Amino acid sequence: MSLVSVQNLTRVFDVSKPWLNRVIERLPKRMLTAVSDVSFEIPARTTYALVGESGSGKSTIGKMVVGLLRPTEGHVEIEGVDLVTETDAAVIDRIRSDIQMIFQDPFASLNPRWRVRDIIVEPVAARGGDTGGLAEKLLTQVGLSPDDAGKYPHQFSGGQRQRICVARALASEPKLIVCDEPTSALDVSVQAQVLNLMSDLKDEHGLTYLFISHDLTVVRHMADTIGVLYLGRLVEEAAPGDLFTKPAHPYTAMLIEAAPRLDAFGREVEPPEGEIPDPTDPPSGCAFHPRCPLATEICSVERPRLEAFGSGRVACHHAGEIALKGAA
Amino acid sequence: MSNLPDATRQGVEPLDRMEPAEVVQPSRWRSIWDADVTWSFRHSPVAVIAAVVTLTMILSAIFAPWIATTNPFDPASLNLMNGFSRPGVPNAFTGESFWLGTDDQGRDVWSTILYGLRISLFVGFMAVLFALVLGVLLGLLAGYVGGWVETIIMRVADVQLTFPSILVALLIFGVARGVIPIEYRDQMAIWVLIVAIGLSDWVQFARVVRGATLVEKNKEYVQAARLIGRKPGAIMLKHILPNVLSPVLVIATISLALAIIAEATLSFLGVGAPPTQPSLGTLIRIGQDFLFSGEWWILFFPALTLLALALSVNLLGDWLRDALNPRLR
Amino acid sequence: MDMPVLSLRNLTVDIPTRHGTLRPVDDVSWDIAAGEILGVVGESGAGKSMTGNAVIGLLDPPAHISAGEVLLEGERIDNYTLAQMRHVRGKRIGMVFQDPLTSLNPLLTIGEQLSETILRHLDVSKSEADARAIQGLDEVGIPSARNRMGAYPHEFSGGMRQRVVIALALCAEPTLLIADEPTTALDVSVQAQIIALLKRLCRERGMAAMLVTHDMGVIAETADRVAVMYAGRLAEIGPVSQIVGQPRHPYTDGLMASTPAASAGQARLRQIPGAMPRLNRMPDGCAFHPRCPRAQDKCRVDPGPKVGTADERAACWFPIEQDEAAA
Repeated sequence: MSLVSVQNLTRVFDVSKPWLNRVIERLPKRMLTAVSDVSFEIPARTTYALVGESGSGKSTIGKMVVGLLRPTEGHVEIEGVDLVTETDAAVIDRIRSDIQMIFQDPFASLNPRWRVRDIIVEPVAARGGDTGGLAEKLLTQVGLSPDDAGKYPHQFSGGQRQRICVARALASEPKLIVCDEPTSALDVSVQAQVLNLMSDLKDEHGLTYLFISHDLTVVRHMADTIGVLYLGRLVEEAAPGDLFTKPAHPYTAMLIEAAPRLDAFGREVEPPEGEIPDPTDPPSGCAFHPRCPLATEICSVERPRLEAFGSGRVACHHAGEIALKGAA
Repeated sequence: MSNLPDATRQGVEPLDRMEPAEVVQPSRWRSIWDADVTWSFRHSPVAVIAAVVTLTMILSAIFAPWIATTNPFDPASLNLMNGFSRPGVPNAFTGESFWLGTDDQGRDVWSTILYGLRISLFVGFMAVLFALVLGVLLGLLAGYVGGWVETIIMRVADVQLTFPSILVALLIFGVARGVIPIEYRDQMAIWVLIVAIGLSDWVQFARVVRGATLVEKNKEYVQAARLIGRKPGAIMLKHILPNVLSPVLVIATISLALAIIAEATLSFLGVGAPPTQPSLGTLIRIGQDFLFSGEWWILFFPALTLLALALSVNLLGDWLRDALNPRLR
Repeated sequence: MDMPVLSLRNLTVDIPTRHGTLRPVDDVSWDIAAGEILGVVGESGAGKSMTGNAVIGLLDPPAHISAGEVLLEGERIDNYTLAQMRHVRGKRIGMVFQDPLTSLNPLLTIGEQLSETILRHLDVSKSEADARAIQGLDEVGIPSARNRMGAYPHEFSGGMRQRVVIALALCAEPTLLIADEPTTALDVSVQAQIIALLKRLCRERGMAAMLVTHDMGVIAETADRVAVMYAGRLAEIGPVSQIVGQPRHPYTDGLMASTPAASAGQARLRQIPGAMPRLNRMPDGCAFHPRCPRAQDKCRVDPGPKVGTADERAACWFPIEQDEAAA
């Protein structure tokens, strides 16, 4: 059984104007579908990456997996337990202590008025656990000094704060850690340190990661499986080796080509067409069809289903027909 | 390509720290002395003077029984023949001399000011404390819980703001007067004052705290706390509250000045401190009657004291607001 | 045209604080020729944004230029008065910042903002200004530009807003464009579009550009030459192919090697130990020596050779030579 099982996950936000405005201006309700019918599995001790641009729903999925948001439809099962429908408090508590999250903004992730020690041990202290020496032990594990336990967050740099977040995430000895853009706010050299730290800890503690990012190079390095999201829909899922050499979905190919590359000086490449559509008014059928070089009539009519393709999955009527221009 | 060390595990040495180990950590007192806020205080003459004045008044009020020459609240110690003595001039009837003169009942103005300060400061502090606790709690609740709880609290606040705060205090006074039996009225007067002024003042605390709570609520550290299953109450009090307190401190200081004046106003109007325990406002009312018949000192000295106190507290609050404002640093 | 459009000579910025003087920009010199894009790359705190602000005279007091010169087409502009700088900004130097949302006035339509800027700097009639505004929007790729003149900034998406900002920066036909992290807040696909747009415009107009960013990939795609900054100092400068492919300064080398793309297929990324020193705790000698695998005694004492305006030099006593790199 997979550690995490996401089935038909959907999340809709009501972004209508206030009731009075709607009555006066005679506007309809506006619903934003952030996530639409997403299903995937994460086997234990692997890293599953969700990659996508803004509006792809990746953060929303992350929040639903950890229980910060409720799905509108579908469900999330962690170790076979659905936190939304589960009634046994002991079970809920056990599963909760197995899940943790690392956030994007190292400055807003730590309470500025709490000492580092209290921040790190909170997941254990809040449940009445024994916290003696725990903070110091974890600080050493993430490469900081045990003396830092008595300090405040503002005394640390961005990279150091992110390490403190990692230490906090480890406190309750979780099995699953959801990482929402953990290194996007960090400089490249600091990013390398933090990513290495996360890889090492994964091996040492047998962790499972759900890694959310918009950066393809990071995802390629960290993930065992990559899921590509577009406008809340999962359009492709494959291993990094396959995804980057032979992407099956035209959007994946577009992402790979558009990403700036270090060896690309002097390269003249046509940038992709168009922009991400308005999520409150998505295109009919396949959400990508207005920008897709392979689009045909069926693409604007019928939304493609996610189906097996090679060793991965694709949701495209013309799966596998796209070719990458130039080497990946 | 690279000259970087081999990409094997680096061991657990502190990777991010490459600073010299001999940096000496300053002592706690040195750190406070060097802190930005303290430095700003030391370099602001206005703040220093205001603080000195306020502190003097607070100390005088605390040590009033030792500093005052008489106890003006004890009717038995009063001698009507001492009434209307001029400042510094020995009384024609009794020969006693009073530094700031006496009022119509023979009360020594100097002592009455000191004891009156006690009432002013006590009522002021307690009223602000009451308003602060009430306002902060309601603000936290409104900001964090949202929904109809927020709507109710904020609409009540809005409605209350349409009334001048003195009017609200008078209203509460009227209600209290109707409710409390007559023999307890004098004793309870101070507490009614505190509740009245406090209830008229909570709204600004609630508004500010609600706004700050809305901002903090969306930050990741709150989400991290929710994630591990902490109850909303614990999150509000332990996580959010410490982070919304700094504007509250500034408002509280300025509210103190206003509460002191509010108490004086109510006493002036006759509904505040009881006649047996006159506060500065009472003295001003009494003095006003005699101003044009020449006994100017009964009004003048209490008014001067009130002015000095309210001004210094106000200036202190102003300085504090500027010192704590991160943008101005 | 031999004279460089922008010339920095030993530019130094100081910030006096009550704890001592900080030096966020230390003795930086470079030239940018017409039609050339110079990419200024460095991590946070390296001083690249501060350098850009110093050039356009937007340093927040008490930060000020304490030494050196800024020359725009041969004339010194670092000692200009406020009024003179106001004339320079917009007309001769265009600016694009990171956040398109706050770069545009939300209360004015984009047509009004464009026309107002054009009228301010060019001597044309109102209708001529409007026509140029429409043309400017067209050039940056805003579809049906004429109809969009009356639209407000919030009606555009992030990428479109950034295009409007670029149009605004270029409408008075400046000779130099300074772009501070112009694509950092944008999606990958939009980023690619904006990069292509900037390159095309610089080429067509023969405009010099200073592109400040921390994103190495963007630099590699966009810049002709690259300046690498570290702790306020210039570590290395040279053509992009050299900087990216054969860096000479150990910091540049470490930076390129620590990107995830450079460690393709390996379990761990290469990392530079430690972190950039804070401005109030600068080490003696070379700023990078505590983290440098090649550091020797000389590095602890002497800051390193001056990187002049000539190309391809690194501020390092023991730079990486070509034969080493191949090993």
